[in-house]
Amino acid sequence: MDIPIPQTVFYLFSFIMVAAAIMVITVRNPVYAALFLVLTFFSAAAIWLLLEAEFLAIVLVVVYVGAVMVLFLFVVMMLDINLAPLKEGFVSYLPVGIAVALLMAAEMLVVVWTRDRFGPEIYPVPAAAEAGTSNTAALGELLYTNFLLPFEIAGVILLVAIVSAVTLTLRKRSGVRSQSPSHQVRVKRDERVRLVDIASESPDGRSD
Amino acid sequence: MLTLAHFLTLGAILFSLSVAGIFLNRKNVIILLMCIELMLLSVNMNFVAFSRFLGNLDGQVFVFFILTVAAAEAAIGLAILVVLFRNRDTINVSELDDLKG
Repeated sequence: MDIPIPQTVFYLFSFIMVAAAIMVITVRNPVYAALFLVLTFFSAAAIWLLLEAEFLAIVLVVVYVGAVMVLFLFVVMMLDINLAPLKEGFVSYLPVGIAVALLMAAEMLVVVWTRDRFGPEIYPVPAAAEAGTSNTAALGELLYTNFLLPFEIAGVILLVAIVSAVTLTLRKRSGVRSQSPSHQVRVKRDERVRLVDIASESPDGRSD
Repeated sequence: MLTLAHFLTLGAILFSLSVAGIFLNRKNVIILLMCIELMLLSVNMNFVAFSRFLGNLDGQVFVFFILTVAAAEAAIGLAILVVLFRNRDTINVSELDDLKG
C-alpha cells in the first residue's frame, strides 16, 4: 500500500494548524498564544507550498513569523500585564463563542460541500507545474506590469505605517541627560575657554 | 484527491475558530489582534487555493497586498496598544469606556 503524499501532508499540517489555532484562542498566557500563532503560520506556509504558492509561503514565514510575530512577542513581554482580570468571563462567553463558531462553520461547509459546487468536476485538480517554472518570476512579472500602481500604493502604506508607529510611541521624557549634536557643533571658543592672568609663584612662596 | 473544497473547508474552520477567539477573549486586546491575524490568514488560504485551481496568479497578488496591509495594521495596532498601556496601565477592554459608548 502506498501512501498518497499530498493528502498526508495536507491532513497532517491541517491538523497541526487547527490544533494550534485552538490553542491560540484558549491559552491563558499571551506569550504562548503568540508562539502557537507562529506554529499556525508555519503550517499554513506548508499548505501553501502544497498549493504551489512558493513565494507567498516563504513571505509568510519571513514577514509574519520573522517580523510581525516577533513584534507581537516584544510588545507582550514589554507590557507588564496583570493576566487574571483579562481571563474573566472566559467560561461565561464559552457557550456563545462555540455556538457562533459552529453555526458559522456549518453554514460555510454547507455552501462548500452541497451540490458539488467546488468539486473536481467544476474545478478540476490542476496538473503539477513543470520543472523549471518559477512562481516567484511569474508573480514578479505580474506585480511590475498589471499591478504596478497597487504595488506602489502598498509601499506608501508601509511608509505611513512606519511613520505613524514611530510618532505614536515617541515620547519626550524630562530629566534625561542626552547629547545634542547640533548644540555641540555650534559651540564657539569664547563660550568655553576663559584666559586668566595668574601671577607665577616661586617655590618659597614669594611672588615675583 | 485534494479538491478545492478541502482547502475551502480548512479556511472556513480557521475563520470560525478566530471568530470564536474574538468571543472568548473579549477583554484582552493582544489576543483580539492575534485573532484578526488568524482571520486574514484563513482568507489568504482561500485566495491561494482559488488561485491554484483557477490557474490564475491574480489571487496570489491579492494575498501579497493583504499581507502588506496586515503587517501595517499589526504595527500600528501594537503601537496604539503600547501608548494605551502607558497611559492607562491596563489593556482590559472593559475598562476602556471613557467615551461611554
